[in-house]
Amino acid sequence: MKDNYLLEMKQVDKRFPGVHALDHVDFRVRAGEIHGLMGENGAGKSTLMKVLTGLYRMDEGEIRLAKKAVSFDRPLDSQKAGISTIYQEINLISYLSIAENIYLGREIMNRTGIDWKAINQGASEILEEMGVKADVTQPLCTYGTAVQQMVAIARVIFAQAKLVVMDEPTSSLDEKEVAILFRQMHKLKEKGISIIFISHRLDEVFEICDTVTVLKDGKLVSEDAIKNLTKLELVSRMIGRDATDVLKRKKGQFEGEQTEILFEVQQIDDGSKLHGVSLGIRRGEILGLAGLLGSGRTELAKVIFGDNPSYTGKLMIDGKAVHWKAPRDAITHKLAYCSEDRKAEGVFPHMSIRENLTMAILPGIARGGVVDSKQQKKIVNEYINRLSIKTSDPEQLIRNLSGGNQQKVLLSRWLCMEPGFIILDEPTRGIDIGAKSEIEMLIQDISQRGISVLLISSELEELVRNCHRVVVIRDGLNIGELEGDALSEKGIMQTIAQAVTQAEEDVG
Amino acid sequence: MKGITAKKQQRQSFELQLHLQKYGTIYAFAALIIINMLLNHNFASLGTLWNLTIQVLPTMLTSLGMVLVISSGGIDISVGSVMAISAVISGMVLTGKVPVVGSGVGIAVAFALLCAMLLGLFNGILISYFKIQPIIVTLILFIAGRGIAQLLNAGGTIVFYNNKFTEIALYRIGGVVPIQLFISLFFVLVIIFLLKKTTFGYYIQAIGENPRASRLSGIRTTGVLLSIYVISALFAGLAGLFESSRASCADPNSIGVLAELDAIAAVAIGGTSMSGGKAHIMGTVFGALIIQLVSIMVNMNNIPFAYSRIFKAVIIIVAVYLQREKRS
Amino acid sequence: MNRNARISTLLRKHGVLIALIMLIIAAGFSFPQFLTYGNLTNILRQSSMIGLISLGMTFVLLTGGIDLSVGSLAALASVIAATLSSYGNIGLMVLVPLAACGVLGLMNGIIIAKMKIAPFITTLGMMMAARGIALVMTGGISVSVDADIVNTFGTIAQSYLFKIPTPVWLFFLVLVVGLYFTNKTRAGRHVYAVGGNEEASRMMGLRPDRVKIVVYTVNGLLAGLAGIILSSRLSAGQPVSCDGWEMNAIAAAAIGGTQLSGGRGGLSGTLVGVLIISVISNMINLQGTLNSWWQSIITGLMLLLVVIMQSRMEMRPKSRRKLTTAERF
Repeated sequence: MKDNYLLEMKQVDKRFPGVHALDHVDFRVRAGEIHGLMGENGAGKSTLMKVLTGLYRMDEGEIRLAKKAVSFDRPLDSQKAGISTIYQEINLISYLSIAENIYLGREIMNRTGIDWKAINQGASEILEEMGVKADVTQPLCTYGTAVQQMVAIARVIFAQAKLVVMDEPTSSLDEKEVAILFRQMHKLKEKGISIIFISHRLDEVFEICDTVTVLKDGKLVSEDAIKNLTKLELVSRMIGRDATDVLKRKKGQFEGEQTEILFEVQQIDDGSKLHGVSLGIRRGEILGLAGLLGSGRTELAKVIFGDNPSYTGKLMIDGKAVHWKAPRDAITHKLAYCSEDRKAEGVFPHMSIRENLTMAILPGIARGGVVDSKQQKKIVNEYINRLSIKTSDPEQLIRNLSGGNQQKVLLSRWLCMEPGFIILDEPTRGIDIGAKSEIEMLIQDISQRGISVLLISSELEELVRNCHRVVVIRDGLNIGELEGDALSEKGIMQTIAQAVTQAEEDVG
Repeated sequence: MKGITAKKQQRQSFELQLHLQKYGTIYAFAALIIINMLLNHNFASLGTLWNLTIQVLPTMLTSLGMVLVISSGGIDISVGSVMAISAVISGMVLTGKVPVVGSGVGIAVAFALLCAMLLGLFNGILISYFKIQPIIVTLILFIAGRGIAQLLNAGGTIVFYNNKFTEIALYRIGGVVPIQLFISLFFVLVIIFLLKKTTFGYYIQAIGENPRASRLSGIRTTGVLLSIYVISALFAGLAGLFESSRASCADPNSIGVLAELDAIAAVAIGGTSMSGGKAHIMGTVFGALIIQLVSIMVNMNNIPFAYSRIFKAVIIIVAVYLQREKRS
Repeated sequence: MNRNARISTLLRKHGVLIALIMLIIAAGFSFPQFLTYGNLTNILRQSSMIGLISLGMTFVLLTGGIDLSVGSLAALASVIAATLSSYGNIGLMVLVPLAACGVLGLMNGIIIAKMKIAPFITTLGMMMAARGIALVMTGGISVSVDADIVNTFGTIAQSYLFKIPTPVWLFFLVLVVGLYFTNKTRAGRHVYAVGGNEEASRMMGLRPDRVKIVVYTVNGLLAGLAGIILSSRLSAGQPVSCDGWEMNAIAAAAIGGTQLSGGRGGLSGTLVGVLIISVISNMINLQGTLNSWWQSIITGLMLLLVVIMQSRMEMRPKSRRKLTTAERF
């Protein structure tokens, strides 16, 4: 492939209040190539794509499409220029037919109005060429996600896109469906269409992409041809340590062998991301969960906490099997879960710090349904101090706090419950270094007091620094455990990067 | 330099908006009072004040029930029909038409309220267990409820001869202060207490603010939602009782008509978001007062009653517009 | 699809139509006068006004919105028509109310789409305002249509064309145009798209704001038309009329299969819903002994049944088809 660049994004810079989302990023895609875009949360991938498609305006930089400088004010403009996007969540209209979804906005008309015959015919032809069999007159929702993805691609083909952005297209597909998707992608490539493939699945990126670009913390890390890269190199580019980040913390002593296993998870399969994962955690142990985004860590947490009651496998506390119907049951058993998505799953925006902080323990501090405000105030003040939450008044609305302080309030919500087992999902995300170390001290502290901690984090150094043991999750399976001397960033990365065949053999 | 003053201005206007959001309704109420005093000297009298407190009671009750429902992210348009049904039932008991229970005032009230709560249970079960949208569920009783009220007494108005019941509405403490004032105050305090001090109150608002986070915090959303609709119906039942007591009759064709709209209007004016969340009780209280005041104002100044609707409509739209959230 | 799934899809798609047919058969057997020309035209004529409003409401519901103001708009239209009758110009009596309601509908649309105030509240306010204007205009009393023009004006509602009342023709005209709109025009399909998934439709290049504004304006116009027919029928404009029409319209649309969440349903379903309500009303009349309040009770019951059935069908997990082996080459 010659250096015939269809897309060139040069020195793109974008800032949001408090966040430097894109720091002079260069990104280029050749015509007819499949270009992978990788990076962890906050790396800037979605921001870069939103700038490309016109959802965001960049502060600096330029974009060139087929050598011509372009600037998009809104999504419609980029679509007209030949850029189409296929999202993780199907952004089509489920109730409308397949054919209509393909042609929406570009309906074929004849003298009497919309020409349904032509539309249905055209849609059938497109699907046939793709090798997909489906009744184009049926509503989209009667078909599974795989077919819906295909329809999204069909729409893109019909729109004669030159560049297709695929954002996590395989996250809800099984192996066979992924193969079909890849076939389609090859066909697009044959037509000279370029594809930007955003994914966290290493194996897929290696299988389908020609080139891969890695972003980290808003900066461009590397751009390489896949054939020149090993999996380990790729992983380390994505989550390797930032040399300037130094936080030395002493881990608490942990007599692993003497303590009994508190909570056990066996062969959990939730029908989508988890494929039979097992692990156990001891009393007072700090167990880390490492893995790339999309590996199923949060899904596992949701099963453990009772948020997802449909799974096969077993959950056990102190050797006894348990089954939750709702988080409420887990909470009664002294489990706690601090979610990674505080906006959607944590914060009650117009309620005060006090109300947010004590929401989960209300039954405990209330008598006859009436909240004991003295006790409540005591707890609130205690945790404001303990976590150094910056606020002038506990009555302040939580939405007026900074992201980091909001996170602290949410953490307090669970800590004040004095749980026996707490799951922390990305607890230090969006928190400054000083607060980070406070929280890590807190984690050590509660472990010393016998509380088990399941720490999910995308920062390897954080896991290595704080955990007694780390379990590595990949594609919904437990593919390795590390502790003691073996517990290092390199060790984790090597485990993640293991060849698929190796992992399959091990797990059977 | 320019950036700093611009930012300061932005912050000031933001603070002004916050202030308006909190106290706007009170200002509006005060403004209305002043306008009325200017328009009509008779306005600023004790008599008017008592009149207001007497007339506002049914709306106050239904608004208090409605603010709970809206706060949880739902709506209840059946309250007018529930008012009618409970008024008719109490009337029937009082005039001896219901055989088994006798004809005492206490029985009439209890029986009527029980029926109201059953209607609320009907709403609640459909909404919380069957997970049907609140507007459609309460639409059922909105349509059918009035028919039921008419059916019960074959469409006729029930006139009470029972003095004890009608005395309730006429009672004045110390011969001066209408009992309605205390009843309103009582229930306002109850609701404030409920929302600020009880776990139930926390849960209602939490569900409206963030249903997912509520579930993850261990809240039993089904039970909470069910109870809210029962309470709303209970308050509607009470409102119907007071209304019929005051009028000494229960007319199934007219009692409670448009009551749900007034209640929703009061809540909207009061600043509680229509999509659910934090409840503004004092705002709702003043909202109810404003709604009633518009009717009184129109009356006292010989303005055709029709204008009151237009005024109410404008106030609602303006209030909601001013109090909507600006996305940062 | 297996047999059970087929039956339930059939029920879901045509259940209400089947219910209507069964109702008609039952009525035919119970009341000899039901299937007479006079009675049937009566039913159709009754349906036409509510029908127009229900059709408009269907569009609004399809976008995921709601319009509580239609009853008041219809009343306002009837009052304006009657008030203008003194000018003796039929064109005026028809065009001005239509224009007024269209403008008010447009205002609804703009407030909802551009100012982003919830449809419930916006149309609630409009409902109060329009009713208020109607009351103010007439001083609260009925306004009779001027004697000079009352006969000409009356032909709108009271005349027959090929033995069928004119309002019924109007209703069917609107229905046919509406069906064409929803099935054969881009704008019509975009209504479904916006209601089905507003965000997705925006990303697919549609303009939800425009769609909404159009829909509320059309709804206003149809309400105006219904009001004009009403005043033609009564030879008067009554400011307190059309009370509760919006709720009946919502019920008719819901019974006919239009979901309040938007994106699903259609005019043909609403037609069935309107007919069901009218037939039931007629049956109650013919019965003679049942009083009018049974009408609302039965409508409420129907709504309850439909709503429960719909919720059960939603709860059943949709059979997601994975690609079969034949499809995977």
